[in-house]
Amino acid sequence: MKPLASIIGYGAYVPRYRVEAKEISRVHTGGAERAPVRQKSVPGPDEDSLTIAYEAARYALKRAGIDPLLVEALYIGSESPPYAVKPSATVIAEALGFSKKLYGIDMEFACKAGTTAIISVAALVNSGIIKYGMAIGTDTAQGRPGDELEYTAAAGAAAFLLGPNSSDAVATIDYVYSYVTDTPDFWRREGEKYPMHTFRFTGEPAYFHHIISAARGLMEETGLRPEDFDHVVFHQPNVKFPQRVGELLGFKPEQLKYGLLSGEIGNTYAAASLIGLANVLDNAKPGERVLVVSFGSGAGSDAISLTVGEGIERVRDKAPTVAKLIARSKLVDYALYLKYREMILR
Amino acid sequence: MAYLRSVPRVWREREIKYRLIGGACKNCGKRFYPYRRTCPACGSEEVEKVKLPDTGTVEVFTVVRSPPSEFAEHAPYVVALVRLDDGTLLPAQITDVDPSEVYEGMRVEATLRRYRVQGEKGIIEYGVKFRPLI
Amino acid sequence: MTGMRRVFVAGIGATRVGEHWDRSLRDLMREASLKAIQDSGLSKKDIEAVYVGNMSSGFLQGQEHLGSLLATWIGTPGVAAAKVEAACASGGVALHQAYLAVKSGVYDCVLVVGVEKMTDACTGDVTDALIMAEDQEYVAFTGLSFVALNAFVYRYYMKKYGVKQEDIAYFAVHDHQYAANNPLAQYPRPITLDEVMKSPLVADPIRLLESAPIGDGSAALVLCSEEKLKELDKDVHLEIAGSAVATDVFSLHERADPTTLLATVRATRKAFSMASIEPRDVDVLEVHDAFTILGVIHLEDMGFAKKGEGWRLLKEGQLERDGGLPTNTMGGLKARGHPVGATGIYQVYEVALQLRGEAGKNQVPDPEVGVAQSVGGVGGTVAVHVVRRVR
Repeated sequence: MKPLASIIGYGAYVPRYRVEAKEISRVHTGGAERAPVRQKSVPGPDEDSLTIAYEAARYALKRAGIDPLLVEALYIGSESPPYAVKPSATVIAEALGFSKKLYGIDMEFACKAGTTAIISVAALVNSGIIKYGMAIGTDTAQGRPGDELEYTAAAGAAAFLLGPNSSDAVATIDYVYSYVTDTPDFWRREGEKYPMHTFRFTGEPAYFHHIISAARGLMEETGLRPEDFDHVVFHQPNVKFPQRVGELLGFKPEQLKYGLLSGEIGNTYAAASLIGLANVLDNAKPGERVLVVSFGSGAGSDAISLTVGEGIERVRDKAPTVAKLIARSKLVDYALYLKYREMILR
Repeated sequence: MAYLRSVPRVWREREIKYRLIGGACKNCGKRFYPYRRTCPACGSEEVEKVKLPDTGTVEVFTVVRSPPSEFAEHAPYVVALVRLDDGTLLPAQITDVDPSEVYEGMRVEATLRRYRVQGEKGIIEYGVKFRPLI
Repeated sequence: MTGMRRVFVAGIGATRVGEHWDRSLRDLMREASLKAIQDSGLSKKDIEAVYVGNMSSGFLQGQEHLGSLLATWIGTPGVAAAKVEAACASGGVALHQAYLAVKSGVYDCVLVVGVEKMTDACTGDVTDALIMAEDQEYVAFTGLSFVALNAFVYRYYMKKYGVKQEDIAYFAVHDHQYAANNPLAQYPRPITLDEVMKSPLVADPIRLLESAPIGDGSAALVLCSEEKLKELDKDVHLEIAGSAVATDVFSLHERADPTTLLATVRATRKAFSMASIEPRDVDVLEVHDAFTILGVIHLEDMGFAKKGEGWRLLKEGQLERDGGLPTNTMGGLKARGHPVGATGIYQVYEVALQLRGEAGKNQVPDPEVGVAQSVGGVGGTVAVHVVRRVR
C-alpha cells in the first residue's frame, strides 16, 4: 500500500496558564484527592478552541513554508467549538488566507475527532481532489466543578498540513485503521454545559477495548508488530491509562516517552494524541516509525502509522516546539481558573 | 449599542481584522494600518494593499483600568502602540501577559483572539492581538 | 482678515458645572441661553439663528436635532438652527460657525450654546461615548479608552523630553487653586500635588486627579454685529478678533510626532494672524487640559514655550493670575469641569469675564486680549478664538 499522503507541516499550541491538580483538590476535597495528572492547561480569557486552533495552524503553515492560498481543505475536530452551529473552519481559513475553493468542516467524535480529521484530509489528498489540506484537533474541554474530570479537562490544539507524498516531507502517513462501536461511556446532551461520564465503565469496555482493537486491527492488516515502531502515542485522559494500554499491547515504556504529556498539560481531548505526535516529531529521526492511536468516547479509535521523513530536521525549528510551549507556563489559582473559564462572571 | 450589535459590519471588517492588511503609500512611503485608499500622511491615492509583518516591538503602552463597557470583565488589560518590523505603527491589545511583565521594547507577535461578543446569543468578534514571542 | 464686518460677544451666560440630577440636557441649555440673552440686553426676537455644540446627546440621551429643540425651548421657534459636533471641541467649533454666521453678513445676531449631560449615564457608558471621538473600527476595537490614548501621549512626552510626571501633574493643582474662587466650578476646592500623585491610576501613568471630571453644564454666548451692538448701551465691547478651526491626521498613531498637536499649531497661527497678535500679546489664556499632559503640550503648540518646555511656565509661576501668561484662571477643564460639548463656550465665557473685569478674586490686572483653545479627541480638531476688549 502506497502512503496515503505526507505531512509537510505541523504545529501545536498550548495556552499559557496552568492550574495544579492539588489546587483543585484543595478546594473540593480538602487536599485528599490522588491526582491523575500534576497540572492542566487553562485557556486565557480571550481564548477559545478556535483561537487555539489558529495558533497551531499558523505554526503548521510556518513549518510547511507554502503559500496559504494553496491550502484547499480545513477539517477541524473538536467537542468544544465556540458555536454549536457555525464552524471554526471558516474563520481560521479566512484568518490564514487559505483558498476560497475550500473543503471545510468542523467534526465531532470526542477525543478522536482530530485524528479522524487527519484521515479525512489524507484521503482528499490521496484521491487527488486536493493537493494541500489541513487537519486540526482542538479543544477547551469543559470540566464540571467538583467532578473527577475537572482535574484533567484541559485546552490545546495541534495542526497538520498534508500534501502529496514526497521524500522530503516531515512524515508520511502509511496506514490507517478505525474501529467504532456504540458504547456510551461519556456524552453531552444538546444544551448541556458539561458532559456526563460513567466512571469505571470508561475503562475496559471503552478506552481499552477500542484502542486495543484499532491498534491490533492495523497491525494485523499490515503485518507490523509493536517492536517495529520507534514511538507510540495513545490518547491520554490521564497518565496511567496510556501506560497500561501500551503494556497490554506489547509496547515498552521508552516507546511512549515522547508521546505522553498529560501529566504536565492534562487531557487536551481532540488534541491529546496529536500534541503527543507533535512532540514525537520534535524529537524523532528520519526513518523512524510512529503509531498513533486515539480514542473518542461514544466510542471509537483511529490508528495511524507514520514514517518520519527527511524533511523533519529542516522544519522543526521554524516554530516553537511542544517543549517550549509546555515550558511557557503561568500558574493560576482556582478562582482565576473559574474566571478564565467564564464560570464566574461580573 | 446598535453599532456593537451589527453583523454586516463584522463581516465587512473581517479581512483587515483577521489578517493585518495595511497600506503602503507609493508616493511618500508611509505604511499604515488598516488599509485604505487615501494615505493619511500625504493624501495621495496611490496606496498599495499589503500584508503586514506579524512581529514587532512594543513602543509605548498603558494599562486600561477604567474600560469601555464591552471590555469590563477583562480589565485591567494592556493596550499598546506596536511598531511592526516594517515600521508600521498600530494600536493593539497585548495578551497572555501580566501588566507588570510588559516593557517598552518588548518583542511581540500577532495572533488571533476573541475581542468581544455581541451578547450571549450574538456572534463573536475575533481580531488581532499581540503576545510575547514563544 | 477678510471683509470689514466685525463680530462681538454681546452677552454671556452659564450654569454651574456639576452633577445636575434634577436638570435635563434641555433644562441646562435653556438656562444658559436665557441668561446670555438677558445679559446681552437684547430680546429673544433679535436672535436669528442658534447653534448648539454637543458631542453625545444621541448616544447618552437618545436625542439628536438639538438646534431645533433649543429654539422651541427658549421660545424662538422658526429661527435657523443646527447642532454642531466635533467631539470635545464641539463648543469651540459651534462658536466658529456662529462667528461665520455673523461675519458673513447673513445674520446680525445669533446664539451659540454648548451643552453636555453626562451624569445620566454610568461610567462605562461615558467611557464608551468619549472613545467615539477616535476611530471606532480600529482603535476603539482594541479596548483603548480615551484616557489610554492620552496615556500614550504622556509616555512619549516624558521619554522624549526627559520630564518628570510631577512637573506635569502640577497643572491640576494650578487649576484647583483658581476654581476655588469660581462659583460655577464643579470642584471649587484646592488640592495638593501629593493628593494628585496618590490618586488611583486610570490608565498608567494618568491618575484620576490628572483627568478632567465627568459633569453636566451649559454655557452660552450671544454674538452680534457692530451695528446691533451700537443699539445696546455697553461699557465694554468684546470683539471676536480671531476665530479658526483646524484638523490633524485623525489617529494619533498615524502622526509624525505624537507629542505635537498640529491642529493646535495651525488653528493658533490662523487665529492670531486674523487678530494681528503674537503670543506675547495674550493677557489671559484658556487651554483645553482634559489631562494635565495636554495642558502642558498646548502651551508649547500655541507658541508660548518651546517643545518640551511647557511645564516650565507652570513651575516658574508664569501661569498665575499675576504672571506673564495667566492661564485657566477659573479652574480649567480639571476643576471648573468639562461637560464635553460645552467646554469651548465656558472658556470664552471665562475670557469675557476677565476682559469685563468681573472675575472676582481671580481677576487678571487689566487684560485686553484673551485666547481660548478648544480640542476635539486627541487633537483631531482644534478651535482657537481670540477676544479683544476694544472699549
